[in-house]
Amino acid sequence: MIEIFLDPALLTDFLRTSLRLSVPIVFAAVGGVLSERSGVYNIGLEGMMLAGAFGAAVGAFFFDTPFAGVVTGAMCGMLAALILAVLGVSLGVNQIVTGIAINLFVLGLTSFLSRVVFGAQANTLNLQGFKPLAIPGLISIPVIGPVFFGQDLLVYLMYAVVPLLYFMMFATPWGLNIRAVGENPRAADTAGVSVNAVRYACVLGSGLFAGLGGCFLVLSQVFLFSENMSAGKGFIALAAVILGRWNPVGALLACLLFGFFDALQLRLQFLNPEVPHEIFVAMPYVVSILALVGLVGRPSPPAAAGIPYRREAK
Amino acid sequence: MLGVIRFIYLFKSVWAILLALLLGSILIQLAGSDPLDAYAALFKGAFFEYFGFGNTLVKMSPLILAGLAVTIPLRAGQFNIGAEGQIYMGALFATLAALYLPAMPGWIHVLVCSIAGAIGGGLWALIPAVLKAYHRVNEIIVTLLMNYVAINIVSYAVSGPMMAPEAPYPYSDEIPESLFLPHVLPRTDAHLGVVVGVVLAIVLFAVFRRSTFGFSLATVGRNPDAARYAGMSVKRHIVVAFVVAGAMAGLAGTYEVLGLKYRLFHHFSPGYGYDGIVITFLAGGNPLFVVVAAAFLGGLRSGAGIMQRAVGVDTTVVEAIQGLVVILLAMGLAFRFEQTFWARVLRKRKEVAGELSPDGQPENPP
Repeated sequence: MIEIFLDPALLTDFLRTSLRLSVPIVFAAVGGVLSERSGVYNIGLEGMMLAGAFGAAVGAFFFDTPFAGVVTGAMCGMLAALILAVLGVSLGVNQIVTGIAINLFVLGLTSFLSRVVFGAQANTLNLQGFKPLAIPGLISIPVIGPVFFGQDLLVYLMYAVVPLLYFMMFATPWGLNIRAVGENPRAADTAGVSVNAVRYACVLGSGLFAGLGGCFLVLSQVFLFSENMSAGKGFIALAAVILGRWNPVGALLACLLFGFFDALQLRLQFLNPEVPHEIFVAMPYVVSILALVGLVGRPSPPAAAGIPYRREAK
Repeated sequence: MLGVIRFIYLFKSVWAILLALLLGSILIQLAGSDPLDAYAALFKGAFFEYFGFGNTLVKMSPLILAGLAVTIPLRAGQFNIGAEGQIYMGALFATLAALYLPAMPGWIHVLVCSIAGAIGGGLWALIPAVLKAYHRVNEIIVTLLMNYVAINIVSYAVSGPMMAPEAPYPYSDEIPESLFLPHVLPRTDAHLGVVVGVVLAIVLFAVFRRSTFGFSLATVGRNPDAARYAGMSVKRHIVVAFVVAGAMAGLAGTYEVLGLKYRLFHHFSPGYGYDGIVITFLAGGNPLFVVVAAAFLGGLRSGAGIMQRAVGVDTTVVEAIQGLVVILLAMGLAFRFEQTFWARVLRKRKEVAGELSPDGQPENPP
């Protein structure tokens, strides 16, 4: 096991895998940060991601280019998020119940629609995906180059999204509004901020990002759509939101850690079958539970998360 | 008044199902088949054919028990999203008891395995319960995350220490034949688990309606202050509700092993724990309706294959219909929300949360 970390070629390959495995959960997790910062719990990340994956497969299938897949995938993610926005924000239905409903709904619908759209060839599909795109110059740095700068467009998009979102959240008036709405919606409302408009934007944004995570699964990893292919990644993203303290950069770091565990368990399955790899599969969940309990720092969620805002309510 | 609300709620579920079937018929048409033929084949196959009905009963066993596992904590305003994990832990404990305990008469051994399974599920549910009651950690996210931990524990057990020799993929040794549950319909797979499920549902109904515990549990949910004033411990009731719920889910896993599979397989549950949430949604928190809702979902599952053979619609259409039912029920919550069962549950939830944090701090989040 230790030889992975000593041999530069193996180490490069291992870190590359870690990064690629964390990309979809990074997208979903920053989406989760956005939504929960505005005061809306998003248990539906899993379903939004799956919707994005399905949309990406459909777009790439009909238009034969991954760029169309990204557009349709992001749109499908946002469509799923629209359910949360309408029910959870406008109509005041419990956000957790809505989120669970979204997950089950998307799972059932995409399972069926994928059979309708792709038919018998569903599992042999080879969609047009993104190819790795080396960044000249940077790629020649040993280890770091191939790991970070020999990736595809969606990964570079992720490099841009995380700092931009961090900047937006903590250094612009928009970010201030979002955080105000999440912490104290009444004060924000009094100051002239439209609470529900901000929440709609954030929930739809979280659907967009979760959808992009789904796009990555299809367009950069497996090039086909399979039933329930998000397989709990949306829930890991949810855990990363908590571990990352509702901060885009924190969430990124948590996801990288989870990606590292995931790569490690894959490696162990092939190279050291005698080491139980299930420990590392379960690790993100265990670490997140410990983080929730407060053994890994003290979590402090946005104060108004989960509470629908009513102007007339006391 | 309560009866009226419950009646309206029952009605609401029926509307949601009918609307979902209507929307599902569009999907079936999309797939190029006739919806009426498809539904006729599905429901005839699931309820009016001997073997099909047997298959429905097989599916109902874990579905009823999982539904009860979600319903019980809801009584105290708590969400149990962890039935899936509790099912896995129950099955693991039951299989351990079946394979490694010394020989004993068959029916005693079955009883011992059932108790072991209930303990397995109950212990697994104890963790989120204690975290919620004594540390104010949100139970929803913890139970959700613990599902994956439990699934991996079982995967580890059956691909490592418990793996049957020469097994091509991870599963345990077969349990002794004396432990196989008796079948309730001859020549079908329908086993005693469904009977246990129905009996427990009736018992729970009686407990909720008639017993002191049922009353105090509802009081804890409805008005924690009054409950505490009357000397009831809110914390202890939350813990007990979760442990009993976990035991139900544990039994679901136990009877999948003793009644149907006769071995512990990795990934043996196709999401029965999550179906339990749907069932509780449909049943509006009433244990008796849990049985009805489980019959509906079980029927969808067992009829799906028959429908596919009859008219060629892919079986996944029933998953789409189930998804539609859930989303329609969620939408239904928006209408006259303040009067509904769910509104009361959510109010209870808030009150219990307030009770647990006298200093007014928010609880930990999902």
